[in-house]
Amino acid sequence: MVSFNLNGRAVSVDAKPDTPLLWVIRDQIGLTGTKYGCGAGLCGACTIHINGEALRSCQTLASEAAGKNVTTIEGLSPNSSHPLQKAWVRHEVPQCGYCQSGQIMKAAELLAKTPKPTREQIVQHMDGNICRCGTYHNIIAAIETASKEG
Amino acid sequence: MTMLESSNLSRRGFLAGLGGMSFAVAIGSDGASLFADAHAQGAARAINAWVRIAPDGVVTIYSAGAEMGQGSKTSLPMILAEEMDADWSKVVIEMAPADRDVYGYTFNNERGMSIVGSRAVMLYFNDLRMAGAQVRKVLIQNAAQQWGADAKTLRTEPGFVINPANGQKLSYGDIAAKGSIPDPLPKVEASELKPRSQWRMIGRGVARRDTPAKVNGSAIYAMDVKLPGMVYATAIHAPVHTGKPVEWNDAEIRKLPGVLDTVRLSNGVAIVAASFLEARAASEKLNVKWDAGAAGSFDSDAALENYVKVHNDPKANVFSIEKKGDINAAFTAAAKKFKADYRADYGYHAQMEPLNAVVRIADDGGSAEVWEGTQAPDFTRDEVAKALGLPPQAVTVHQCYMGGGFGRRTLGDYAAECAVIAKQVKRPVKLIWTREEDMAFGMFRPAAFQCLEAAQDATGKVTGWKHCVVGDGGVLLHTGIRIPYYDLPNLDIERRGVSHGIRLKHWRAVGHVFNVFAIESLVDEMAVEAKMDPIQFRIERMAAIPKLRRCFEQVAKMCDWNAPRPAGRALGVSLSERSNSLGAGVVEISLDRETGKIKVHKVWISVDGGVIVTPGPAKANVESGIIYGLSGLLHERITIKDGVVQQSNFHDYPLMRMSDLPEVMEVSFIESDQRPTGLGEIGNPFLGAAIANAFYRLTGKRIRHLPFTPERVLETLKA
Repeated sequence: MVSFNLNGRAVSVDAKPDTPLLWVIRDQIGLTGTKYGCGAGLCGACTIHINGEALRSCQTLASEAAGKNVTTIEGLSPNSSHPLQKAWVRHEVPQCGYCQSGQIMKAAELLAKTPKPTREQIVQHMDGNICRCGTYHNIIAAIETASKEG
Repeated sequence: MTMLESSNLSRRGFLAGLGGMSFAVAIGSDGASLFADAHAQGAARAINAWVRIAPDGVVTIYSAGAEMGQGSKTSLPMILAEEMDADWSKVVIEMAPADRDVYGYTFNNERGMSIVGSRAVMLYFNDLRMAGAQVRKVLIQNAAQQWGADAKTLRTEPGFVINPANGQKLSYGDIAAKGSIPDPLPKVEASELKPRSQWRMIGRGVARRDTPAKVNGSAIYAMDVKLPGMVYATAIHAPVHTGKPVEWNDAEIRKLPGVLDTVRLSNGVAIVAASFLEARAASEKLNVKWDAGAAGSFDSDAALENYVKVHNDPKANVFSIEKKGDINAAFTAAAKKFKADYRADYGYHAQMEPLNAVVRIADDGGSAEVWEGTQAPDFTRDEVAKALGLPPQAVTVHQCYMGGGFGRRTLGDYAAECAVIAKQVKRPVKLIWTREEDMAFGMFRPAAFQCLEAAQDATGKVTGWKHCVVGDGGVLLHTGIRIPYYDLPNLDIERRGVSHGIRLKHWRAVGHVFNVFAIESLVDEMAVEAKMDPIQFRIERMAAIPKLRRCFEQVAKMCDWNAPRPAGRALGVSLSERSNSLGAGVVEISLDRETGKIKVHKVWISVDGGVIVTPGPAKANVESGIIYGLSGLLHERITIKDGVVQQSNFHDYPLMRMSDLPEVMEVSFIESDQRPTGLGEIGNPFLGAAIANAFYRLTGKRIRHLPFTPERVLETLKA
């Protein structure tokens, strides 16, 4: 049994401590906005926050979440009102959309720590997250918009 | 957990329970024809409604645009809504059932629903406009009848029929509540379609309907589907593509935690478990004895060199693609001749969502449902039906969002595999291929060897053109090999086929990637030899058609073609072509001579894609093609040794990342009144030659083998 706080609610899950958190969240808890892309920490589609830090949930063990605050895309805001989500809609960033939860969660960590990032800071921070549709330029634009209006 | 089920129930309830009007449309080879609902239900096959107008004014439109990120799910219903003058805020979009006889387009005299080759808007545009116009005509006729007015004097505004004579208005919902649909429906002439000046949405676009769900995690991909009683499977396929399983450590596997069953597949073994992680853990312990089959000793580098021998072999089997004029006479009389070889390696799709599907078979075995993100729901239905021994009508396809497609997801193959597993275990099954499996058992853009020859007459005009492509993959090899945009008198274009058993597939413009690279590289060599500007050479010596000429002229303006560039930078130009669209693109590159890394700083492309239906997604599609193309050209390479794919994940098959993004990426569309043409792949084909031509201007060396990986660039510099 592993217990942690997920999107503001206490959860206890019957999972072995060494289970990757990605699958606990997706298949056991049923929040599917966090995606499986590579299973090896190479693409960023599974990015979540633990105590505000963006982590690859496919490489994070359930035990590492114990007692901590875990946030997924579903918990970033109650109604898609996070400045990044609004900017993502305004710039119509997603194409296939599969990587975008991870992109937004990674970007949210950046803005929490660096509210007015330079373009270089954005690129450096986001470089681990792959988008196969190639929406990178729109991701940058949306982060810049959110940083101005957030 | 059963969110999908409840939404399906509510959809059925909506269709069955409310009054209103529904129209069924069958799109025939002669255009769209519409049946009133009563007629449709009286027809031999059950035809679902395409457009439904409920009394509350909600208009439900089915979309046949499989959504892989390109935006067709929104743009196709928008085209229909434009012509029927629907109030877009009241339009609800649902995915069309997987029935090609009702919802398919006609292409090459066949019905199909495959969203491939950037065709969705191109092939549905005229039919959906006609269908929308017919709905509008029925609504006007109903209002005319109710008011005792002449239908010809009435007009519409979004959601309303208006009588300009007295200001009367009737909402579409009110008409639908009481109205009737004539049978047969009135005919619509092309002249009755809205003129362009009256378009409210086409040419301006609307917000994509899939965006909100894609920023909060609620968009449902097949990967996210969960059904009651569902179990999980993963499959390990033969490491050699032609392989088959002989035996495996079955007893040992079955004892592992969570394992419920193992399933023999024609080309692999599936493990079924209570959770995906347990299935995956067991698959790592799986020890299969394989019969490797024909590709057991295949080596991709050696095969490419063997293609050269095939090209030189007078007895080789030749498939002629196009012959025109007298090619021998052109070469015999030539004042100058050119010949060059080009090569290309295999490429992998790398769609972000690893392949997966969910299948549930009814308890009586007489019907089945499949959840899949597929570019071709009709083929999925066929393949699942075949796997289960059912008629296609017994299979319901629940179309999910695709986490990328790029040509891989048109076969229904992994859905059929999931059906085979579900049949054996008698439970709903979600099958997930791991990323490693998705890559190892990938279906690749083919490798190719090409030899091109050109003949010039005494005035320098190109009068003869030979292009031979050698490789495996049939038609995949010769997309983009014809050159109708250059009006040359003598052509000989051919393919020489070889068969290896390596799995091959369409890959975002597929053959265009290496064919346009080769064509436009040779043209550039000739321009250099003639000491001419490469754009001028194409116009004067290659007889570029006016449509292409306009693209070159526009892109030259966009990039300020003749302006000097910073030290260490150079421009390269190439045409682009795909799915009836034409374009011309320019790149500005620099080179790190120590590491061999090519940096693409700026990209400009001018595209003639006919009428641009939704400008935002149109631009995004071209940009996406550019990034996909650059990634493939600069980073991606599949190699095969002893029949086994050497790459396994994104550490050894790297994709383009944000730090590689060009500083400038400009897309411009040529103003046009022509029917829309494909845009999803036009951003890709020009990049190979444009980069190689810029590379020549920087280094004086020709790079003739793609991808242009740093190792290959360093070899080229040394040569």
